[in-house]
Amino acid sequence: MSSRDLILSKIKAVPLAAKKLPIIPEFEFEGDLKARFIASIQANKGEVISKADLLGLLASGVFEKVYSRIEDFSSFTNIRITEDAHQLNDLNLAIIRGQFGVAENGAIWLEDQDMGLRALPFITEHLVIVLDSANLVGNMHQAYDMIGLQESGFGLFLAGPSKTADIEQSLVIGAHGAKSLRVVFM
Amino acid sequence: MSHPIQAAEFLQDQAKSKWHDETLWFVRDKRDKISKSVPEWENLRDLASQIKDNVLANLGSYLEEFEKNAKANNIHVHWAKDSEEHNRIVLGILKEKRCKAIVKSKSILTEECHLNPYLEKNGIEVVDTDLGERIVQFLNQAPSHIVLPAIHLKKRDISEIFHEKLHTEKGNEDPDYLTHAARIHLREKFLSAKVAITGVNFGVAETGEFVVCTNEGNADMGVHLADVHIACMGIEKIIPKRAHLGVFLRLLARSATGQSVTNYTSHFRSPSPGKEIHIVLVDNGRTAQLARPKFKNSLKCIRCGACMNTCPIYRRSGGFSYESTVPGPIGSILSPGIDLQKHSSLPFASTLCGSCTDVCPVKINIHEQLYEWRQEITKAQPDRAKSLAMKIANGVFAVPFAYNLSGNMMRGALKILPDSITYSGLNTWGKQRDLPELPKESFKDWYKKNRK
Repeated sequence: MSSRDLILSKIKAVPLAAKKLPIIPEFEFEGDLKARFIASIQANKGEVISKADLLGLLASGVFEKVYSRIEDFSSFTNIRITEDAHQLNDLNLAIIRGQFGVAENGAIWLEDQDMGLRALPFITEHLVIVLDSANLVGNMHQAYDMIGLQESGFGLFLAGPSKTADIEQSLVIGAHGAKSLRVVFM
Repeated sequence: MSHPIQAAEFLQDQAKSKWHDETLWFVRDKRDKISKSVPEWENLRDLASQIKDNVLANLGSYLEEFEKNAKANNIHVHWAKDSEEHNRIVLGILKEKRCKAIVKSKSILTEECHLNPYLEKNGIEVVDTDLGERIVQFLNQAPSHIVLPAIHLKKRDISEIFHEKLHTEKGNEDPDYLTHAARIHLREKFLSAKVAITGVNFGVAETGEFVVCTNEGNADMGVHLADVHIACMGIEKIIPKRAHLGVFLRLLARSATGQSVTNYTSHFRSPSPGKEIHIVLVDNGRTAQLARPKFKNSLKCIRCGACMNTCPIYRRSGGFSYESTVPGPIGSILSPGIDLQKHSSLPFASTLCGSCTDVCPVKINIHEQLYEWRQEITKAQPDRAKSLAMKIANGVFAVPFAYNLSGNMMRGALKILPDSITYSGLNTWGKQRDLPELPKESFKDWYKKNRK
């Protein structure tokens, strides 16, 4: 017997009473979506900046290698993207669009088409996500209603920069992935 | 060795054990605060528990549904009845890909299966990429906590091992500096690995996708740069529908570390063009636990670690004292099911205060199961219950005269005995604590005087 069939037969041999799946009620979100979203992003050690702020940062030249998937900033793109994510190792800033944000925790939903290469939001040194403030939901139930059964090979809730507290519980930003997350409402 | 002996060793370093206790309590406190910011928190716990009830009642059909959908998404699905088979499957894939070095993100299942030593024995370099796990790997240790792997270490210890392994400045204990050194070291490993291994937080039957949660982004750094992603998943990690992720993700990070969500919650549904995803579904004792009516609910666990952070015993004895992959209260009900003999002292490493049950996001009746395991263990190991003290107590309690006499004698004796005897090794209750001040008379004498 294959291990698959063995495991399934062992499960079948256990007499178990039927248990119904519960219905998830509509949990309403109370409060201002945008204000709460901003507070959540800040709690996750990200920040929300204006388009003008971002343009200022880009113009200042602090980011040497830039890649924007948003047309408004594409004039700052100065690297060529190949199929190989390893080439992004020295990328300093990526600018991408998020589909929607979740107010209760600051999570932003991204799919393959938003990232291009799946490694992009992780391997870049700094990350900017552009979000439409009309695209905010209150909580994770509403978020999964939004996503539905929509198919993407990879889907990601990104809620802040890479962080760790594994050394004596001291919070350090920039463990392996992006060292900062800036969200721009446009 | 039994839990009390290991715990005593942990308590040797008083300053460190006090820090451990207070730090975990701080995490518990953060969990309390953030859970109170969600008005429907208790509803969510009920829902999560009910969803898991349904999962356990239909585990076989959900696994088949998951397999069918995952295969349709071009994911290779493997089944392993035990840890040996799991390890063999992983090694088989690595051999096929001629891969000699892998990166691995946090996976309690691969710890349970002892995958690292197995692969190393077979000539594969394994790099754990979660910072805490990399630290304990450098020290040849196992994680002491399922969410905070290096919580038993101080930054001095980490600075020393980093100086040795990564050539950081001697004596530099700055967490920013040390983390940055690890970032540079691990970036190289990420860039060169052809195969990446991750654990799984949730597998969704409806879509055949699986979800991995991290704060560091190490799982994603590994898998998106590698050609092959191997995900190792215990069969109990299955959930029926995508919408159920909404319930579990609201509970998981809040219960674990008091944050609203992990910074990365990755949903893997199909591989990128030209790449491969393999998933290994592992039993390793889970079906046996499912068949134990009193203990099957332990399979609901989503590995948040909240029961450890709150447990007065775990906080004061450290993860290693349990000598089991999953320590703390949940480990103490899971491990006896795997090896009753080896883990027989664990269900006794509890005050049965019930705090673990109170914080569990999926409402596992942990302290009741601890009590039930004690019954099973005393049945299986009658010697355990018949220590000398228990035999004497049995005789004393059975005879009223003996009980009265011994009470008077003890009250008299404790007044005059020197501390060296009262707090000798023979008196377990005198370890790590002072006995309360003795009453002048017994309750019985007091009652006779005052309630005539």
